[in-house]
Amino acid sequence: MLGKTAGGLYWMFRFLERSENTARLVEAGFRIALTRSSDPVSEWKSVVTTAGVRTSYDKKHDSYSAANVVDFLLRDPSNPSSVISAIENARLNARMVRIALTTEVWEAVNESWMGLKIALKKPVKETELPAILGEIRRNNALVRGALHGTMMRNDNYDFTQIGTALERADNTARIIDVKYFTLLPTASFVGSALDNVQWETILRSVSAHRSFRWLYNDEKSPASVAEFLILDPRFPRSLSYCSKSLGANLNFLAKDYGTRMPCHDLIDAQRDKLRRHTIETIFEEGLHQFINTFIRENNAIGQQIEQDYRFIS
Amino acid sequence: MTTKHPSAERQHFDEMLLGMDDVRAPYAEYQKWFSQEDPARLTKKSKEAEAFFRRTGITFNVYGQAAAQERLIPFDLVPRIIANREWTKLSKGIEQRVRAINAFLHDIYHRQEILRAGIVPVELISRNVAFLPQMIGFTPPGNVYTHIVGTDIVRTGEDDFFVLEDNARTPSGVSYMLENRETMLHMFPELFSQIKVQPVSDYPKNLRRSLAACAPKGCAGKPTVAILTPGIHNSAYFEHSFLADHMGVELVEGHDLRVVDGHIAMRTTEGYKVIDVLYRRVDDEYLDPLNFKPESMLGVPGIMDVYRAGNITIANAPGTGIADDKAIYSYMPDIIAFYTGEKAILNNVQTWRCSEQDSLKYVLENLADLVVKEVHGSGGYGMLVGPAASKRELADFAAKLSSNPSNYIAQPTLSLSTVPIFKKKELAPRHVDLRPFALVSPNDMRITPGGLTRVALKAGSLVVNSSQGGGTKDTWVLED
Repeated sequence: MLGKTAGGLYWMFRFLERSENTARLVEAGFRIALTRSSDPVSEWKSVVTTAGVRTSYDKKHDSYSAANVVDFLLRDPSNPSSVISAIENARLNARMVRIALTTEVWEAVNESWMGLKIALKKPVKETELPAILGEIRRNNALVRGALHGTMMRNDNYDFTQIGTALERADNTARIIDVKYFTLLPTASFVGSALDNVQWETILRSVSAHRSFRWLYNDEKSPASVAEFLILDPRFPRSLSYCSKSLGANLNFLAKDYGTRMPCHDLIDAQRDKLRRHTIETIFEEGLHQFINTFIRENNAIGQQIEQDYRFIS
Repeated sequence: MTTKHPSAERQHFDEMLLGMDDVRAPYAEYQKWFSQEDPARLTKKSKEAEAFFRRTGITFNVYGQAAAQERLIPFDLVPRIIANREWTKLSKGIEQRVRAINAFLHDIYHRQEILRAGIVPVELISRNVAFLPQMIGFTPPGNVYTHIVGTDIVRTGEDDFFVLEDNARTPSGVSYMLENRETMLHMFPELFSQIKVQPVSDYPKNLRRSLAACAPKGCAGKPTVAILTPGIHNSAYFEHSFLADHMGVELVEGHDLRVVDGHIAMRTTEGYKVIDVLYRRVDDEYLDPLNFKPESMLGVPGIMDVYRAGNITIANAPGTGIADDKAIYSYMPDIIAFYTGEKAILNNVQTWRCSEQDSLKYVLENLADLVVKEVHGSGGYGMLVGPAASKRELADFAAKLSSNPSNYIAQPTLSLSTVPIFKKKELAPRHVDLRPFALVSPNDMRITPGGLTRVALKAGSLVVNSSQGGGTKDTWVLED
């Protein structure tokens, strides 16, 4: 397969994942702002920070109102992580690699793009927000379903999974990074209503609040939330799970092509590290530093993959 | 449902209806089916087809229209039907023409007998930008110059077919021929069990085979074929990816390719892999920045050298544009006679070469009745349809024409045949043309029965180009 095609598939699925993550962040922010007596401005501010678009947001807006943030995250074309930009980029990549996709996958992406173009044409009213966020999630589920149901399990498929895993790990890590202080055992407001809000925001923004409740009987503690998001191998958005998925798909490539590449050493090292650590040793090392290192290494793995599989010349 | 035939359009030959209840034979079965259909159902089907095209992304990009970047080519659900007998004549005529074009190209880049014989004037070749000196003395693998030709044909009466253009560079539109048929099969399966229509679906397979048959001599094993596209912003990108997908070959851009050990190779996830046959949808002048336009980002530096060393087949061969040049076109009957010894089966349209003083004078005096085209133009850009132009447009065009006469040719405004379209629950006649596709390999030529029918959607309009608001129809060649 062409290196360009591998890159197109990888980016198509990174962008699809990003559109869903952004939508989930908005959903969490919206929910918290509605139901809690917390400070909505700082809540929306941290949503913007988590989305990694603080700088470009501040250039454009001088306040963190719900309307501004929601608009910026969902439909601002100047924001590269907005849902509309992400879906636009996902489709652009899909058009580029169309011959590597089944008709079902292509049509699911194309229809998602057509639908969201219309849905996000005008500013989204508060009353319409849940429906639109639902549409975004449903659209992505359709693409994923078409992918799993119709694509050959060959290198094409591997690159879609690699893109998804990398983007997802990056997203979860960034959510932890922005809120890490609320997860520290030393936080002065442990057990207060405030950190319950914070934890719930975190869990909601990775759609983990329900599974978490089942697993931990809703006994939230900073350690249990952090452990769940970083180390739980069963939770599909945990760092450990993403890393495992990334490693597995890179191994399929190595087997297919008969060659191990430098990226394989990087992912093995990352997996070893996650396996070695417990939540206690992570706190000992420093949560903030641990997460920061993870984000950097995750990026480095992405860049190594681009190079190893010749996405660009 | 009744079929009306506005008498205002009577002066044109309608391929379906000769009069109120006088249906031409090829359309008899279809007309029977149509008359029993509920117009409301057809309207619904027509909308379904449009939604289908959008969903599958069968779109084209229009240059110079940022807002409407991806547009659909309107599809009309009434097929254009050609009798077997008519098709036999057409395909023989196309085959004769395509053979002559290949012989002409070989000659023009070698001994130039036709110039020595004084049949085609030397300056028409020597001063022509479509003539590539890089091709002189070089014979492409298999001696095939035009692997794919899309001949534009119009009809004016029962037995009157004219060739309007020989598209011998990179003709487009074949994906619409294929998708239109798929759409019809999907919408009206019952029609195809009642009426025996010759299939077109083998085209991608045949294209791949015929390209592979032209692989360079040194190619061992199964030739690797790839399609070169200018990229996703090109107006025909959909077609490029459609063909790659249906042929099962890679779709590459210039930046995916480079010269490796004297061959052209594509960058794959496992390293560089040699390409034997490149079906390029990039124009000659952008093909190789080292040999042609140095600023081109679409081509591959050095590909012409690899080509001349015999290590890759480029389809169509560079320099084929000299054969479909509109000034050369006027010599086609002589070219056919010179190389085949036969009289041309298909008519040429009378053509005035504005480079000739007498012709220029005639054209300027009769501008309002003529169609004037740029010698190297395509896609309906830069042409004048005299009868449809305003006084102001005529005057402006006359000025352009006088300042650079050799850039133009003129033809009479033909009374193109019409085929009805389905509009507002009834049939309305609209002008059509036809572009059949011929595939040439060293041993044989295949012409897919049918082709692309383009239809002007505005009543009375003669411009069928999709870039100018034309639509398309499925084209049927009947079995018997």
